[in-house]
Amino acid sequence: MVQRQTSIEGVLLDEHTIVSITELTQVCGVDIEQVRLMVSEGVLQPTNGAQPEKWRFTGIEVRRARRALRLQRDLDLNLPGTALALELIDELEHLRRRVRSLEQLLGGVRDGE
Amino acid sequence: MEYKDYYKILGVARDASQDDIKRAYRKLARKYHPDVSKETDAEARFKEVNEANEVLKDPAKRAEYDALGTGWHAGDEFRPPPGAGAHRREYDFSPEEAAHFSDFFSSIFGGGGGMGGFGGARGARDDFRRRGTDQTARIRISLEDAYHGASRQLRLDVPEFDNSGHVQTRSRTLNVRIPAGITEGQQIRLAGQGGPGLGGEPGDLFLEVEFEPHPIYRCEGRDIDVRLPISPWEAALGATVPVPTLGGTVSLKIPAGSQSNQRLRLKGRGLPGGGSTKTAGDAFVQLEIVNPPTVDDAARTAYEELSKRFGAFNPRAKLGV
Repeated sequence: MVQRQTSIEGVLLDEHTIVSITELTQVCGVDIEQVRLMVSEGVLQPTNGAQPEKWRFTGIEVRRARRALRLQRDLDLNLPGTALALELIDELEHLRRRVRSLEQLLGGVRDGE
Repeated sequence: MEYKDYYKILGVARDASQDDIKRAYRKLARKYHPDVSKETDAEARFKEVNEANEVLKDPAKRAEYDALGTGWHAGDEFRPPPGAGAHRREYDFSPEEAAHFSDFFSSIFGGGGGMGGFGGARGARDDFRRRGTDQTARIRISLEDAYHGASRQLRLDVPEFDNSGHVQTRSRTLNVRIPAGITEGQQIRLAGQGGPGLGGEPGDLFLEVEFEPHPIYRCEGRDIDVRLPISPWEAALGATVPVPTLGGTVSLKIPAGSQSNQRLRLKGRGLPGGGSTKTAGDAFVQLEIVNPPTVDDAARTAYEELSKRFGAFNPRAKLGV
């Protein structure tokens, strides 16, 4: 085990981070055709509707693309199945946050008399 | 090292058909996939299930595993019998797969020990270049850190190739800056900090942010919720009261005639948007009327006077009782 200390600044993948289609393919390790397919299936939403060369994606889409590729690979899903899984996961995450938030709001329970 | 019962991990009988194994694997992979499951040990289970499948889906590996005999139980201390793997086939794993598999797996099929052979030293692959794999790690931060931004020290165990192409685990410490205004579920990409490449570039490291539960705030995206206790007279008469926010205490005007559970918005007092044109979230203040305790006779008298004064008031009128 070797120890090494590095100080480092990352890129925050939020809605303000914009990448080109080329950058997206590099970050995700896929080719342009795969990105094109994901866009046509509605898995990814480019911010610029013109030709693929002009497409721009937010950091949120980068995360989505990586998740889509993981699901496809690990669960052997086709593209429509991946799209459905992503939408359900989005909703699931939203509901889980909501439940946690509401549970916190309700506080402890005491038996009534 | 511990013996692993791959049949038990997949929940199938030792004489299960390849179809049964595939079905069981698929079902468990969906259940424990880290993108889907929120069970705390999902990632570990997912790896375990994948390792079991890696062996059982391949009749050659399955036969080699079966040859260890049936006398073993999961968790038994396991020493590879002499000659195990002597007639080893050239199993092929990517380095991150090999690093995920257990010592038990490696002792039979190679990989971690470097015997499985992934590239590097082998002539046939000398011209082969491979980019390292991307990795994802979770990082838990407080809401305060998300608001102000922070630096975090991360310790990572990363697989790495040594000079002879064997996989070794190396512990590495990174100081990562968390930008102000980050929200839950967002990722930070650290280019080139992922798995090592093989003649190619290293992969990227993705940090996924989770928030620690906060004692007084809840968070939804960039918006913050806080419950604000107020007294009955502050609610009835109106008042200006202090409210805690992530940016510090602010004054809030409670309108006269307020009730419990009403929500007031403090615009822009949530998590910052960061950068120039980015909009900050809001803080939502939920009022909660708190009654003073009846500690003495004077307090009791005061409540009795209220009761006399509001004798006709029925707080349960809407319930029809």
